[in-house]
Amino acid sequence: MSKTVNALILTGFGINCNDETETAFRRAGADTEQVHLNDLAAAPERLQDFHIFAVPGGFSFGDDVASGRILANRLRYRLGGALLEFVRAGKLAIGICNGFQVLVKMGLLPMTEGEMRQEVTVSHNDSNRYEDRWVRLAVTPGTPCVWLKDIAALDAPVRHGEGKFVPRDAALLEHMKAHGLAALRYVTRDDQPAAGVYPTNPNGAVDDIAGICDPTGRIFGLMPHPEAYVDRTNHPQWTRRDLPEEGEGLRIFRNAVEYAAEHLA
Amino acid sequence: MAHRIEVAVPPGQPDAAGASLRRQIEEDLHIHASDVRVIRVYTIDAPLSADELERARTELFTDPIIEQSAIEHSLARDFDFLVEVGFRPGVTDNVGKSAKQGIEDLLGRSLAYEHKVYTSARFAFSGITRDEAERVAKGVLANNLIQQWALKSREEMAAAGDAPLLGLPIVTDTSDATVHEIDLEIDDDALMRLSREGVLALELAEMHAIQGYYRDAAVRAAREALGLPPRPTDIELEILAQTWSEHCKHKIFAATIDYTDADGKTQVIEGLFKQYVKKTTDVVAERVDWLVSVFHDNAGLIRFDDEHLFALKAETHNSPSALDPYGGAMTGIVGVNRDILGAGMGCRCIFNTDVFCFASPFFEGDIPERLLHPRRVLRGVHRGVMDGGNQSGIPDINGAFVFHERFLGKPLVFCGTGGIIPAVINGQPSHEKAARPGDRIVMTGGRIGKDGIHGATFSSEELHEGSPATAVQIGDPITQRNMGEFLLEARDLGLFSCITDNGAGGLSSSIGEMAKDPGGAELHLDRAPLKYPGLAPWEIFLSEAQERMSVAVPPEKLDAFMELAARREVEATDLGEFTDTGRLDCYYQGKLIGSLSMEFLHEGVPKMRLRAELSPQDPQPEVIPQDSDLTQDLKAVLGALNVCSKENFVRMYDHEVRGASVLKQFQGAEEDGPGNAGVVRPVPGSKRGVAVGCGICPKYSDIDAYDMMACAVDEAVRNVVAVGGAIGTIAGLDNFCWPDPVESERTPDGAHKLAQLVRTCEALYDTCVAYDIPLISGKDSMKNDYKIGDTKISIPPTVLFTAAAVLEDAERVVSMDAKHAGDVVYVLGESRHELGGSEYLALKGQLGHSVPKVDTAMARPLYERLAAAIAEGLVASCHDCSDGGLAAALAESAFAGGVGMEIDCGPIALESPAATLFSESQSRFVVTTRPEQAAAFEAALQGSPCYRLGEVTQHPVLRIGANGAAWISADIHELKAAWQAPLNW
Repeated sequence: MSKTVNALILTGFGINCNDETETAFRRAGADTEQVHLNDLAAAPERLQDFHIFAVPGGFSFGDDVASGRILANRLRYRLGGALLEFVRAGKLAIGICNGFQVLVKMGLLPMTEGEMRQEVTVSHNDSNRYEDRWVRLAVTPGTPCVWLKDIAALDAPVRHGEGKFVPRDAALLEHMKAHGLAALRYVTRDDQPAAGVYPTNPNGAVDDIAGICDPTGRIFGLMPHPEAYVDRTNHPQWTRRDLPEEGEGLRIFRNAVEYAAEHLA
Repeated sequence: MAHRIEVAVPPGQPDAAGASLRRQIEEDLHIHASDVRVIRVYTIDAPLSADELERARTELFTDPIIEQSAIEHSLARDFDFLVEVGFRPGVTDNVGKSAKQGIEDLLGRSLAYEHKVYTSARFAFSGITRDEAERVAKGVLANNLIQQWALKSREEMAAAGDAPLLGLPIVTDTSDATVHEIDLEIDDDALMRLSREGVLALELAEMHAIQGYYRDAAVRAAREALGLPPRPTDIELEILAQTWSEHCKHKIFAATIDYTDADGKTQVIEGLFKQYVKKTTDVVAERVDWLVSVFHDNAGLIRFDDEHLFALKAETHNSPSALDPYGGAMTGIVGVNRDILGAGMGCRCIFNTDVFCFASPFFEGDIPERLLHPRRVLRGVHRGVMDGGNQSGIPDINGAFVFHERFLGKPLVFCGTGGIIPAVINGQPSHEKAARPGDRIVMTGGRIGKDGIHGATFSSEELHEGSPATAVQIGDPITQRNMGEFLLEARDLGLFSCITDNGAGGLSSSIGEMAKDPGGAELHLDRAPLKYPGLAPWEIFLSEAQERMSVAVPPEKLDAFMELAARREVEATDLGEFTDTGRLDCYYQGKLIGSLSMEFLHEGVPKMRLRAELSPQDPQPEVIPQDSDLTQDLKAVLGALNVCSKENFVRMYDHEVRGASVLKQFQGAEEDGPGNAGVVRPVPGSKRGVAVGCGICPKYSDIDAYDMMACAVDEAVRNVVAVGGAIGTIAGLDNFCWPDPVESERTPDGAHKLAQLVRTCEALYDTCVAYDIPLISGKDSMKNDYKIGDTKISIPPTVLFTAAAVLEDAERVVSMDAKHAGDVVYVLGESRHELGGSEYLALKGQLGHSVPKVDTAMARPLYERLAAAIAEGLVASCHDCSDGGLAAALAESAFAGGVGMEIDCGPIALESPAATLFSESQSRFVVTTRPEQAAAFEAALQGSPCYRLGEVTQHPVLRIGANGAAWISADIHELKAAWQAPLNW
């Protein structure tokens, strides 16, 4: 890729998946920098040097009070304006697992009305347990999500205790469905709807929703960890299946870097 | 005034936490509640305006989509009894701490340190009686050591209005800051009383050595010159007790031992550590070229590749876990993480391993005083390790749950961690470090409280009536994570010259150790940040409050270090400086309150001389039932606690954060078969990997501790070899957990227990040398007994052996699940009649005597050939044969693969089918290969025992027989169900 795409990987306060998220963006062709939240808050204008803003998974502030809540508030209070400017400039953002919880709770997703206000939530799994297990995910046909372009389905691990997607109300859910914002869903191994059945739907998410995007498709959040599937050997069944060298999760990062190279860099 | 905010899911909406608690009290206490609702309570003890409080409620504490909340008002509706549980004063409240940060963020200003948020929870039960509610409170919800609770009926709640149920847990009991002098010119009985009542855990000879030090004319003169009294000050005696504790000094492993073996032959052993443990490494060091730093640092370091070192360490946290399973275990895991962070110039943690030993969770007898039911211990320990590991972002990749009735007396909680560090940092080898005179002593991380005072000496005693509640702590993974990331950043900027962990003994231990290189230290204890006022100076020095690391910062780097700490919101405090005075000097408010010679502190402990004599054990009979249904026996063996699936618990650990996972704990067609070693690829872009496995066999100890150890080493090695690890690349860790082996009135059988320890060390040496395994680190915990009144429970002698191998190409590893119909099934290694201590005999109510023997001369070449065959791609699956024997291994391999097997044990049949199926002979594997590779595989194994037993079938039935006789025929789904059922709560 000739044009440089810069991705900012947020770190600090219990963000844990920054290294592997950075690795995924690098393998997808981006230039990356891990930036501590406090350093970014001290110089919010730095955000505009980047094309992609990533909030990785982890346990920010220990999931204390509610997962993602304290980090979401801190981002909103200290960087809210800069983030709005960033996304309104047509740039890309992703929140993975805890990062998804953060984006949802700060109101950056799904942002159906163009304002940062919390419209949906991600709450305790129905099992009330943290679990690590691999799931099958299907991309909603017609979703505007640029991160999921040309992907039909993929495998990835979920690793969370609070991953149950809940929309504010039925009308919002219908709106999201109608516009392809419910971008990613848990499905069975043969790509049939999970229909809420555990553990195919590992947390009881409404309508089996695993990931959502904003109406532009440039802001994306999901509970599963695509950055944990960048190599064939990450897959739990790689010793018994013929899998491509490159993990399916990497395609999500490639899509973003390609989009940014084409439209932003 | 304090303000209470309550948050809950509205009535009528599903409450996951309540539903989960309802299930748990049904399972654990057989109490059936018709409904349970959970209300989170935040009590804010800070001056907030009404408007600020309302903002905190809506913006911070309440999820606008799914929750409701109220200020100063109870949300509980339609219940019969309500229990509120909160912390006791001084107990770490992680959520409260984060909540305070959240409030500061929304206020845009800092609150004073003493302004706090306290968390508690209200549980509203319907359909249970007051008595049942009380049982739930005591048996599930609250641990009296760390928590307070209140129980109210609905009527009582209505009458009380919105008044709080619990007092604010503010620490009010303060210690006197006065430094006391201790009179040691007292008789021996009084000396021992002083030792025991003061939780000093010093032996008489040690008290005498201290007495002698203070009588020394030169010491007296020096003290006078410094303005110190001739008698020891409290802080001096406490420092000596910590530094000389069994926990820190490993006195039993250093002792001279007069040993009489089973044949009556005697010998003098000049230290078990020197003669066996260290000697193992010395011998093997001649044969391997990858050892970098062994024994002297916080963890062992070996070469990973040209640019990186790999660190490994395991620790135990048994005594605290007995009292508070959750806090004890969490402290265990975050504690061993700090060992890695303190190894060399500071390593990054890349994986955890967790091995627990409990009594049966189905135990139905009486629980002795101060002990908790094993089910509660299991749940608490598991949750502590889960929260500690998951929140820290470190994947759990290997471990075990081991059950034996005598772990009722003390559970064992082994936590291990692997780490990685660039071999060279800022042009310096990263494994070398030393504080220099003039370097500043800087403490980073959490603050100091009374938590964990006397932890080191407490764990050097048995659990007794007076065991201090202050020994209990709760970890704070987020504070530690912030500190850890900051320290790695400071490391790369070259801001410190030495780093170590504050663990057992707190600052007294970390500074005492670090001061060895420069030759002294001067500390100002009043500068240390405290969680609350009122700690005596000695308490500040000894506190084992968690999440702290000590570093030596060159004076010219101090500003940069402190500035970075402030930017990362990590508390760092300059406590003094390293010196070359030969003394450890402690000041409080400018006054010298204690001074000890570094030499006496570190070398003054008298060497113990102990007696070990093996008491002959009568062999226990072994009676193999002749008419047993072998299919039923297999299902029972698969359902035995030591064999059955632990997936239910292990799934709650993050297995793959850091994105480096290659082999996970659960494998196969449904990702539920039990893996052998865990494998990660820690360096992005490199195919090199690390495989880690463990071995632990306390069930053999009562027959012969030698075999317990040999089998544990062999099991750990098998796990690593089974995935493709090669002999010559394996490093080992030994973690000993013993019942008190010092003969005394309280331990009349100490000489035998010590002789068992000698036998174990012999086996450790023999087996590791045979397999070229250097021991790179280890630990011992020597007082794992319970004694209150007439009840004494001593754990079975136990060693966890951890084996780790660097793999050249992690993409070559194999998993344990059988792959395809038509594949050929082999058993490698020799099967013998070795049912002693087996799961099979245990099911028949017997211990037996024919304990498995490790034949290293047979095993080593087998391991070499198997690893080579795996590297050549000749192996489709490989599974270690251990607890439950060959039949269990075949069943696991088959059901993990979702396939059947047709097995003829003819080539290995023993005189009895049960022995053939369930004997736990060591050094064996079940291997499957593609039929077209069978000849090449057999050729690769030429010269080692390799028996072709049958083939994998599409038909999902495991059939095992021999020479035409049918022994077992079972659907694999039934076998899997039997294996999964027992611990699937």
